[in-house]
Amino acid sequence: MHPPAPWRMRQGEPELLNRQEHVSDLRSAPPPPLEAADHVRGEPDWPLLVIYADFTCPRCALAHERLREASIRLAFRHFAIAAKHPRAVPLAAAAEAAGAQGRFWELHDALFEDPGHTDDPYLWEHAKALGLDLDRFERDRRSAPVRERVREQTRGGMRAGVAVTPTLIEGRTIVAGPPDAELIARLTATIRVPTFRKRTESAAETQADRKAEHEQ
Amino acid sequence: MSVIEAGTPVPEFALTTEDGEKFTREDLLGHTSVLVFYPFAFSSVCNDQLTLYEEVLPEFADKGATLYAISTDARPSQAAFKEKLGSTIEQLSDFEPKGATAQAFGALHPGGFAQRALVIVGPDGVVAWSYQAPSPGELPGANLIFDGLDSL
Repeated sequence: MHPPAPWRMRQGEPELLNRQEHVSDLRSAPPPPLEAADHVRGEPDWPLLVIYADFTCPRCALAHERLREASIRLAFRHFAIAAKHPRAVPLAAAAEAAGAQGRFWELHDALFEDPGHTDDPYLWEHAKALGLDLDRFERDRRSAPVRERVREQTRGGMRAGVAVTPTLIEGRTIVAGPPDAELIARLTATIRVPTFRKRTESAAETQADRKAEHEQ
Repeated sequence: MSVIEAGTPVPEFALTTEDGEKFTREDLLGHTSVLVFYPFAFSSVCNDQLTLYEEVLPEFADKGATLYAISTDARPSQAAFKEKLGSTIEQLSDFEPKGATAQAFGALHPGGFAQRALVIVGPDGVVAWSYQAPSPGELPGANLIFDGLDSL
């Protein structure tokens, strides 16, 4: 006999949930706007791509490989489904903990580039290699605020219609699956050439200024 | 064929539970049910779908909704699928006669398997909301179900 709802199974045993733990609005909503706490990398004037991903997902590793060298400003958000893989949430939390010490992207890259080694001993090796305070890393990754952040991002994705990983959001367009060459080419083709021209013009202006100074 | 529309009384049907018992229209009365029709046990999209919904089962329960996963797979296949996923969503088999319930709900693919469709049934046994994915390969997000529950 299971306890009255709400409850869930954890390690084969029913666990009654604290109401605050699970009550949330999961009706459709736009993707949350970028905020200061989001993990974003790439030049500010590169086209923005938001990716909802999971460090246990092979297709996400493929997306990482395809996007790594692309001139795209990438915002990473977690879509960690515990029911899908037991390491989904722990790895997301580990990345957040690394991020608390300024090394989110380094651990992000390490996890996708070495997907066969994600158990705790390997996380500790990564943490040491990145020069993290290991005690703080351990505390942070197991902390309620970090777990809540992962949960919030996952649920924010769900409300936006994310159902699989990776899911890419470009403006108002949502695309499920790893980016293909066409998408990357289309995005990178939107990089403004004037950005390059401005630098060239600046160099020319600098030369003209120096000539004018010399002639005075 | 299109999935049964909101406002339609649930048709008579007979599915088989995991224990081999009959599950009929009467079993839907008195509570809100979400019928999750899915094509095949062990297919990748079906894997992703049931694990996604499993993740937010507490939120469904908070809405008073019970999910049932329905496919034309035989009971043993569904049992193995459920165990592999570690899922708690009850499986109902539409194996004998194959696809009869899916057809009654307008959710039978021409290939003879269930479409990827969702049907919310109110406590009164009337369809409150329904949705069919544009193709069996597309996974309806959990947000859609919560939108549907909001309409109750």
